[in-house]
Amino acid sequence: MLLKISTPLPKDIPLELPLPEWLLVGLLVFAFLAHIVFINLMLGGSILTLWSQIKGLKNKEYDTFAHEIAKTITVNKSMAVVLGVAPLLCINALYTIYFYSANALTGFVWILIIPLVIIAFLLTYLHKFSWESMENNKRLHISIMAAAVGLFLFIPLIFLTNVNLMMFPEKWGTVHGFLEALVLPNVFPRYFEFLGACLTVTGLFVVGYNKRKNYPVEEIYTSFTRFDIYKLGFGVTFIGLGLQILFGLIVVFTIPAKGLGFDVISIMIATGITLIYAFYWTWKTLTGEQAQILQFFTKIVISIVVFLVLYGGNRQLYRHNALAPHQKLMAAKTKEFQKLSEEARLHPVVEVEVADTSEFGKGKDLFTKNCSSCHKEKEKLVGPPMTEMVSIYENNPEGLKKWINSPGKKRPDYPQMPSFGSLSNEDLDELAKYILSIKK
Amino acid sequence: MDFPMFHLDWLNNRFLIAVIAILHVLINHGLAVGYIPYITWMEYKGLKNSKSDEITDMKWDAFIYKKMKVAFIITTTIGAMTGVGIWFSASLVSPSSIASLIRVFFWAWFIEWFVFVTEVVLILIYFLTWKNSNKSLSAKMRHIRFGWFLAVFSWITMAIIVAILGFMMDPGNWNEHHSLLNGFSNPIYLPQLAFRTPTAMLVAGLFGMLLTVIFGKKEPELRAKGIKYAGIWILCWAPLSLIGAIIYWNVLPEAMIANMSTAVGTMQFSEYYDLLKIIIIVAISLVLVLATFAFLKPSRVKIWMVIIPCFCAFGFLGVFERVREFIRKPYVIGGYMYSNLLREEDYPLYKKEGILKFATYASTSEINESNKIQAGRDVFMLTCSRCHTTKGVNSITYVFERMYGFGKPLDVASVAGYIPNMHMGRTYMPPFPGNDKELDALAHFIKSLQTSGESLEGVQSKGVQVNPINSVETFKK
Repeated sequence: MLLKISTPLPKDIPLELPLPEWLLVGLLVFAFLAHIVFINLMLGGSILTLWSQIKGLKNKEYDTFAHEIAKTITVNKSMAVVLGVAPLLCINALYTIYFYSANALTGFVWILIIPLVIIAFLLTYLHKFSWESMENNKRLHISIMAAAVGLFLFIPLIFLTNVNLMMFPEKWGTVHGFLEALVLPNVFPRYFEFLGACLTVTGLFVVGYNKRKNYPVEEIYTSFTRFDIYKLGFGVTFIGLGLQILFGLIVVFTIPAKGLGFDVISIMIATGITLIYAFYWTWKTLTGEQAQILQFFTKIVISIVVFLVLYGGNRQLYRHNALAPHQKLMAAKTKEFQKLSEEARLHPVVEVEVADTSEFGKGKDLFTKNCSSCHKEKEKLVGPPMTEMVSIYENNPEGLKKWINSPGKKRPDYPQMPSFGSLSNEDLDELAKYILSIKK
Repeated sequence: MDFPMFHLDWLNNRFLIAVIAILHVLINHGLAVGYIPYITWMEYKGLKNSKSDEITDMKWDAFIYKKMKVAFIITTTIGAMTGVGIWFSASLVSPSSIASLIRVFFWAWFIEWFVFVTEVVLILIYFLTWKNSNKSLSAKMRHIRFGWFLAVFSWITMAIIVAILGFMMDPGNWNEHHSLLNGFSNPIYLPQLAFRTPTAMLVAGLFGMLLTVIFGKKEPELRAKGIKYAGIWILCWAPLSLIGAIIYWNVLPEAMIANMSTAVGTMQFSEYYDLLKIIIIVAISLVLVLATFAFLKPSRVKIWMVIIPCFCAFGFLGVFERVREFIRKPYVIGGYMYSNLLREEDYPLYKKEGILKFATYASTSEINESNKIQAGRDVFMLTCSRCHTTKGVNSITYVFERMYGFGKPLDVASVAGYIPNMHMGRTYMPPFPGNDKELDALAHFIKSLQTSGESLEGVQSKGVQVNPINSVETFKK
């Protein structure tokens, strides 16, 4: 056993990137943001639905609120899935070796994403469409949502584990399956930070959704006013921001130094500032006057958008820094391999064949290459021995050639012989000549 | 060579992709492409058969809405996720090929994605605006028009995706001409479309009938009417599906010639080919019998009568996709990469120096007497495991015992003699890439499987062993 497990150095796919790298990176960051916002809404929305439905057991208004949010989850989840494909495509193209290696190393759980997401989605539909019919069985109804939330909470861990593992090729040799990759440093702090972001974004969504002029809050609720719901939304954002700041700090201290640099650190500080800024104005909103509750809404939304862009960009920058040295070595290794491969193509190994110039030499060669794995001279191997062929075709070489070209099936206890249609007529002549030269 | 090898040693790796892909095709064809026009037609029937003082036949409309709801739920969950799942599973099992395809066909993928997003959004709109559209006649008519529009759009989606698939699998054109037009001009493109279109309609009619039977329990009148319409729908499309199938069936061997460097009809292919013929005939006749019966005696249709043809359709599409996949062999990317994920251009190098030397993950690159079995296992993983298991589906011991006799001990020399030549007789097999020592180690490993009964674990449970000569540490020196 080696004490030090070495870092693998694979070869890259020897084909050009489909787009200039900067463009792919830009697409990745942008497409990922669009995807993650809907993921935030899907996960944050389901947590909020679960929470308010439980509260709704005592206060009917919360139950109504839960129903209203539940209706949005299934739409948001569809958007989240379809918008997830583009960033997946970009990361596949940009970080092929790293991403696929991480996928394979956590393969079993990675492919479980598919059935788990399907089950979670079906549960959210079941929950949504059984709202009326399960009115008298609230606890069971709530547990359907709880199961969906449980799955929704687990699935991002699989993705996070993968995007984390891909950045550390030096760990690939130490990982045996998903669980060992999950406990690598950096996964959990990032996960909780992500959960905070889900609440932040969902809280703002709740405010925006209920702010719409044509949305009849007054008809839907009996005692809840728009103000109550705004307050609830900002409250959720406040908790989310708090979580983000707390775990953001933990991330700063626990993130492996590998990809860090002054660039990453300074953007980290900037993201921290935008979060604190949003946190401050959310606090102001919650403690301010009722009439002015929407006063800082735009301000908070803009700061969160700025945060998301900076954060997403910074993750990419960290990934870039972390992998650049390894990518450089990999490029060199790939080049070296291609050179070797080209040389071998130009000077292939010459099969040391002493050209057998005797009468049956060519046929014998052909026999060795094409037939000998199934036919021997005197005993049965897979097919009958050559001596039997001689008995059948002694005076009929054309028949033998025809058989080799497109064999039939005569013997029930022998497997079917494959066709050798690839042999030329001249080769078949030589082959038949050789076979029929065997002495019985 | 460069990726850790995910491996399912019982089910077989290809099986994973196949299950996900067939499920996806079935849902895409049966509950989207074919189903949307079927449902829109049903929605229109409600409008047409309503009394003059109502917008539409509300009871019928609610019945149809329920059928759309099922399709909506399934397509946006299982349908969408199996689409992503094909990609997930293919990149686990066959990373080098997917990675190469993405590098070259990035934009094709991008278009596919764009079309996919649009389709999901349109389906969301169609379904979610249904109830509101029942408030006025003009809204209802607009909704039905939108339904027809969506039907045309989902058909175009399929037409594009079939082209993209054809384009990506187009042999010889790999890397040379990047025009998507190649996909459309591919010799099997139009036959595929001629087959897939009516078959999608047919399967949709079957699903529609099945749901009618299930939901119609308490409404015998609606049930009978629904079954009759589904019967008519199927009767219209079944002959076209049969014609499409025949056209497609006839062009397949031609596609084989283009794809395979050597012989046309291998045994395995002709087995599938014959199976396809039988299944086409059995499935379509069964469906025709059902549809005629449904048309004549709609109230006597029972659930089992519908379920059986549904399963047939499943098998039908399954074999169809299987044949389409088989055509590619021995390549995964025509003329460029073999189905063992090794590039043809690197073969001379492997022949010269062996493959273990260039494998990122291997226990050794120097084979000697004591590590022969271990090295053989690595060679097996690198060169055989994409299609063969050690003791599960299509296991390596099974394929050898089928030739040399079941239950008999394999002869190492015969196995080692057979492997380098197997691609001559069995043209769907890629040539063996390694050197003589590796061949010998592989043969020993295969023989050892007969007695050890070991199963080969993939990296998802066993992890990887970094080949010391292909590590960062060695390269830096």
